[in-house]
Amino acid sequence: MTQPPAAPLTTADGVPLKVSLRRTVRRSKIKALLLVAPLLAFLFIAFLMPLFEMLWRSVDNPEVSTHLSRTVSALEGWNGESLPDEAAFAALAEDLRVGQQERNLGLLSSRLNYEKSGMRSTISRTARRVGTLEPPYRESLIEVNDTWGELDTWKLIQREASPYTISYYLAAIDRQLSPDGEIAKVPEHMQIHATLFWRTLWMSAVITGLTLVLGFPVAFLLANLPTRHSNLLMILVLLPFWTSLLVRTTTWIAILQSQGVLNDVMVALGVIADEARWQMIHNKMGTIIAMTHILLPFMILPLYSVMKTIPPSYMRAARSLGGKPFLSFRRVYFPLTIPGIAAGGILVFILSIGYYITPALVGGQSGRFITNYIAYHMQTSLNWGLAAAIASILLFVVIICYLVFNRLIGVDKVKLG
Amino acid sequence: MAIPSYATRGERIWHYIFLAICGLVFLFLIGPLLVIIPLSFNAQPYFTFSKEMLTFDPAGYSLRWYQDFFTSSAWLNAIKNSFIIGIASTLLATVLGTVAALGLSSRHMPARGAIMALLISPMIVPLIISAAAMFFFFSKVNLAQTYVGVILAHTALGIPFVVITVTATLSSFDTTLIRAAHSLGANPTRTFFKVVLPLVTPGVVSGALFAFITSFDEVVVVLFIAGPEQRTMPIQMWSGIREQISPTILAVATLLVLLSMLLLTTLELLRRRSERLRGLSPD
Repeated sequence: MTQPPAAPLTTADGVPLKVSLRRTVRRSKIKALLLVAPLLAFLFIAFLMPLFEMLWRSVDNPEVSTHLSRTVSALEGWNGESLPDEAAFAALAEDLRVGQQERNLGLLSSRLNYEKSGMRSTISRTARRVGTLEPPYRESLIEVNDTWGELDTWKLIQREASPYTISYYLAAIDRQLSPDGEIAKVPEHMQIHATLFWRTLWMSAVITGLTLVLGFPVAFLLANLPTRHSNLLMILVLLPFWTSLLVRTTTWIAILQSQGVLNDVMVALGVIADEARWQMIHNKMGTIIAMTHILLPFMILPLYSVMKTIPPSYMRAARSLGGKPFLSFRRVYFPLTIPGIAAGGILVFILSIGYYITPALVGGQSGRFITNYIAYHMQTSLNWGLAAAIASILLFVVIICYLVFNRLIGVDKVKLG
Repeated sequence: MAIPSYATRGERIWHYIFLAICGLVFLFLIGPLLVIIPLSFNAQPYFTFSKEMLTFDPAGYSLRWYQDFFTSSAWLNAIKNSFIIGIASTLLATVLGTVAALGLSSRHMPARGAIMALLISPMIVPLIISAAAMFFFFSKVNLAQTYVGVILAHTALGIPFVVITVTATLSSFDTTLIRAAHSLGANPTRTFFKVVLPLVTPGVVSGALFAFITSFDEVVVVLFIAGPEQRTMPIQMWSGIREQISPTILAVATLLVLLSMLLLTTLELLRRRSERLRGLSPD
């Protein structure tokens, strides 16, 4: 016996309920999106576009293809086994002549100099004399500078004619392309970036470990004290958290430098001789001490908020079942704190590998981070492509850590004091 | 954390060792901030305590570094810049962030996780990378070395804090309160101003405070994209530490420690107020 199909439920004005509900949901979705839209648009323009632009700059390679356009097209089809023909040399002379007139050979010569040292002076010397050169250009260019007689120079120009390059990334990990296009290590004395990457990761791990060791007992104490007392002690954690980063770095300079408070106290107490003051700053130690201090609250706060949710009765139960204190702690309490350790650990690690100010002020030569090299290439050596490549690698590492963090904890669970 | 009555002698000893360790960590946390305050009254231009200071000889103390600070046009100009940039970027970040948080806390928000991750990203990306990226981009669109450029950059950095605090406040917002207000005869406008707003305001204000302090304390981005006209307090301190180490920096540091105490108190009062309004605490 089949029932006749029931009439669909409708709202008062006769629209089927399903349709009406879907319409309402869609309307509130649009409303929610409209509320978020201005902020998304703002961040897209002011933050994400700059980031993409930077990523792009790390592979962008316009110099050779724009400033040596004639040479590049003359080299098309060149097999690279012997020096190119007269046409290519003539094109080079013409490119350099135009470049010299328009005064835009600087970028080109820096770019080629990254790949082959000496190219900067080769180009500027040739460009200065190019007006007086007579054909055949092949002989006269080689006469001005031997570099034009080298096969490698021409191979380099041909290779860098491509609008994109991976050589900034290679340079960021201390590699370079050989003239034959193979990836090789740069000479030993020029290998700095890989060392700095490892040092940054290693020191950040040490700092993370130290903040955990120092922060764990404090978080435990704060979570287990009666609220009245823990609120008071919490101020001791929050005050440094809220204090300017530069203030905290300055105080460590005042305390740790060789004519500083700590050394003076040690000398006054007779622990060390006046001539044998400790060098605690402008080296690795300075960076580690100051950054541990600065990042400690970022470890304590997540640990505290996790420990706060562990009922004290668990430990009591473990004890009443005969567990010795250490065993009960290790088997019952500690495993429950692992989410907090993960949150604090990843947070401190992410913040630490991106730190710039503190290592720059108290790190000296040996306590420098990779971030200090980004700044160096941005501001001093002006090798922006390399700076962008290093920054992109660092960004990649941070994003990986962040994704792990988000997977484990969820970013909206971060408590800010 | 009292010692349980069943604790053995060993446990008691361990308990005191534990307290001592915690004490040392607290000293490590707060000690440096306390050291800098007396140092800023040093009559000598050194970063350490002089003999006169240690024997409490009044001649060892002076206000010269404070005087130096308050009469230096460079420092005063830096404060002015910090406030202009801080206030403008805080206003912008608070308005954009609060509106977005209202949308994010809607039950029907699509792709909430992804959007949230995007909105938080300025907090996660290392400052040096943001600074480098903004430098390239802002130079291209002629915003480098302008107030507008620095304000926009700081707005981006402050937004995550506003979004996080306001979203947190809204997520614990009890919507039955709105229905209760309606049932008691309040119209929607009255409900919004008398019920919703007072409960949400503490979150908005603390988000705004976070955004302000982020801008007020930010060095790296300003270092890259600001010109000499936009020198802020942190930049002035940064160059002070790098170039001529003058104890004026210690006076500034002390003032900033006082500022952070003030801020902390404000936040604590806001927290208590919101707890009281929600009926979470007795007083």
